[in-house]
Amino acid sequence: MNNPDLLVQPDLSVQLGPLGLKNPVLTASGTFGYGREFASLMDPNLLGGIVVKGISLKPMAGNPPPRIVETPCGMLNAIGLANVGLESFLSEKLPWLRKLDTRVIVNIYGHTLDEYGAVAAGLKGVSGIAALEVNISCPNVEQGGMAFGTDPAVAARVTERVLKETDKPVIVKLSPNVTDIRAIARAVEHAGAHALSLINTLTGMTIDIEKRTSKLANGSGGLSGPAIRPVALHMVHQVVKTVNIPVIGMGGILEARDALEFLIAGAQAVQVGTANFANPRVSLDILEGIENFLKDRGIQSVKDIIGSLKS
Amino acid sequence: MIEESTEVVFNKRVARNTFFMGFRSAPMADTSKPGRFVMMQVRSGIDPLLRRPFSICGVNGDVLLILYRVVGRGTAILSEKKPGDFMQVLGPLGRGFEPPGEAVQPILVAGGMGIAPLIFLSLKLARKDQYFLAGYGVSSEVVSLDQLGIVGLSPAIATEDGSEGHHGRVTKLLESVLSTMKEKSSAIFTCGPLPMLKAVAQIAIGQNIPCQVSLESNMACGVGACQGCAVKKAPESNKPYAHVCQDGPVFDAKTLDWEVI
Repeated sequence: MNNPDLLVQPDLSVQLGPLGLKNPVLTASGTFGYGREFASLMDPNLLGGIVVKGISLKPMAGNPPPRIVETPCGMLNAIGLANVGLESFLSEKLPWLRKLDTRVIVNIYGHTLDEYGAVAAGLKGVSGIAALEVNISCPNVEQGGMAFGTDPAVAARVTERVLKETDKPVIVKLSPNVTDIRAIARAVEHAGAHALSLINTLTGMTIDIEKRTSKLANGSGGLSGPAIRPVALHMVHQVVKTVNIPVIGMGGILEARDALEFLIAGAQAVQVGTANFANPRVSLDILEGIENFLKDRGIQSVKDIIGSLKS
Repeated sequence: MIEESTEVVFNKRVARNTFFMGFRSAPMADTSKPGRFVMMQVRSGIDPLLRRPFSICGVNGDVLLILYRVVGRGTAILSEKKPGDFMQVLGPLGRGFEPPGEAVQPILVAGGMGIAPLIFLSLKLARKDQYFLAGYGVSSEVVSLDQLGIVGLSPAIATEDGSEGHHGRVTKLLESVLSTMKEKSSAIFTCGPLPMLKAVAQIAIGQNIPCQVSLESNMACGVGACQGCAVKKAPESNKPYAHVCQDGPVFDAKTLDWEVI
């Protein structure tokens, strides 16, 4: 223990375009509520950031139950983007979030281009919001319900629209349910997005063989958890090589070593999602694990490992 | 709400596929209340990934008690726990039962493992005038409270096949109890399988008897973050869904939409 480097606290800060984070660990949208739900079990101030549950212009009731079902090393959800809506978010949820010493990123979505624009506009000039994360995985009601995020041109239009209406950095969250995620990533980058986050859930289903019905009332749902991690990591790596804007990696991260894989693959930060349900303190355990990994190896800055994958 | 590593004190089989477990957590024991629940990590690691919710069946000093039936992988793993094993537990969670006033006669109606929170409630109420009705499918499923070390509680048993106690459903037993107490004000407290709860709620609402139901649901987090445990509220409600983990698991039967549940 004579190595003086071991005593140095590694620099954990990262910079995602215009968005600086004190460390690279965020909690993912839809898995951490509006931040307050877990606050008695862990200190959210220690996080690099919180991505709040997706907000739409109007409150959304969500899908009928059953909405979730466990699958091998993961879970399927069809929550249906239930949320309190823009107005209640601003009046009831944001005042508490604003007091935190962490970056609050608001995930937004719409059913039409205009709705995306209206939510972005409604958050314009509002203090305490570090960035917007745009969910483009939801169905486009104007185009037969096909997800916005599956067509490069449509994904670009959503990005442009949000950029036009906001004064905040824009992160676009990509869907993995596409033929080539790089095409979407490129289109969104060209449209002006400041950063990308990926992956959202993979569409899946599971059947009750006695009832011969889907175990989810919605029929299908989004698969998350460690089951999807290798797929997520590969897509992150592909996208990092394709675009010049920062990438936030996510998909089945449960512990520090998982997060480190994403960082080494080139993600500037990571989001922890489903793991929050299994262990409310997991995001802080991951942060501590990353810090210890760097300390143990005398690495001064987390930036030194980001994108350090040897080919 | 506390999250900590807890030690298994005992875990024994008490009826067919049915186990009674005690685990130590002084802070959780202090804040336990009939109807509240805990989320238990049956095994560390990634499979199964999620915790499992269990109703608190009682508290003995600093030991929390749960009663469960082996129905799937999670409960099968739980049934293999030995004294001295440790498990991560989060709880107590949710809203419990509201006790009835002195003038109101409590009627507790259990179906299968739904008896767990009602044992706790019955012990807490400690009312001489309380009715406690417990329904099972067959006699081998009947949980003997003596075996749980609980004395002075003897629910009236109904089995669907008539192999023990009254022959038929517990709702039949409920109806006969209600027919004997026309003038008296009473309140129903119930927990069990959904079809049974539906039947009990319909009887209660039909006779204008206050009824508190404890619901079960798939849930991922237990604290209101995942929104997975939605349950449809009555049409006149201001919100379409309530969440079992936070708004419940105990609900006033009138506030739910029994047509779609």
